[in-house]
Amino acid sequence: MVQVERPLSPHLQVYKPQLTSVLSILHRVTGVALGAGALLLAWWLVAAAYGPGQFETVQAFMASWLGRLLLFGFTFSLFYHLCNGIRHLFWDAGWGFELKTVYASGWLVVVASLGLTAASWIAGYAGGGGP
Amino acid sequence: MSHRTPAGRVRGLGSAQHGVDHWWAQRLTALALVPLTIWFCVSIIGLIGADHAAFVSWLSTPGRAVAMLLLVVATFHHMKLGLQTVIEDYVHGRGWNAALLVLNSFACITLGVACAFAIVKMALGG
Repeated sequence: MVQVERPLSPHLQVYKPQLTSVLSILHRVTGVALGAGALLLAWWLVAAAYGPGQFETVQAFMASWLGRLLLFGFTFSLFYHLCNGIRHLFWDAGWGFELKTVYASGWLVVVASLGLTAASWIAGYAGGGGP
Repeated sequence: MSHRTPAGRVRGLGSAQHGVDHWWAQRLTALALVPLTIWFCVSIIGLIGADHAAFVSWLSTPGRAVAMLLLVVATFHHMKLGLQTVIEDYVHGRGWNAALLVLNSFACITLGVACAFAIVKMALGG
């Protein structure tokens, strides 16, 4: 018997990307990215427990352009996942399911996570983290 | 022989036999991580440029050490649950699926224990 290769659900390419679906998958993507960020957190803490020498090595890496790039991605992923996570907790409590509210909270998450990322880096550079 | 009715046996557990445990633990750790993450971000911005001695002395107060421990426990528990869901959704080969789920558990628990030990060691001045 010949196996017919029919398209399977969800067959994502036929859907027009919408704010709701894009933010939904971004929650997952940032969650996985935060898993990589947790490796940095563990490296930093364990190095600090080993002593000043190891700690300086990690600090120097974080201050390099690659380290800053990773930390910037980490910061945005963290704030996005945090803000959208709070949105999810409201849904879990049964609030905010009306289409208008879903879009309003979605845009709020976008603005808040970008704003918090920018504010953190401005505060970081102002506080002596400059190049 | 059990005298429980079939309905009584499955109530609240479902076909996977762990009921809503996974779902509930993910929400509980998420809720805990909201204040912990905000506290951590504010603290870490304040610590930019700090050397080793300054960092260890910052961590050494009981309140901060406990908050860091809670942050680490909630983070790695939440991470294990989240990555488990991603693996279950996207990795279909039976062998790969099982191998990655085991690796995920081991990795998250190892990282969490390593972080917790590091915090306790520094906080106690070892």
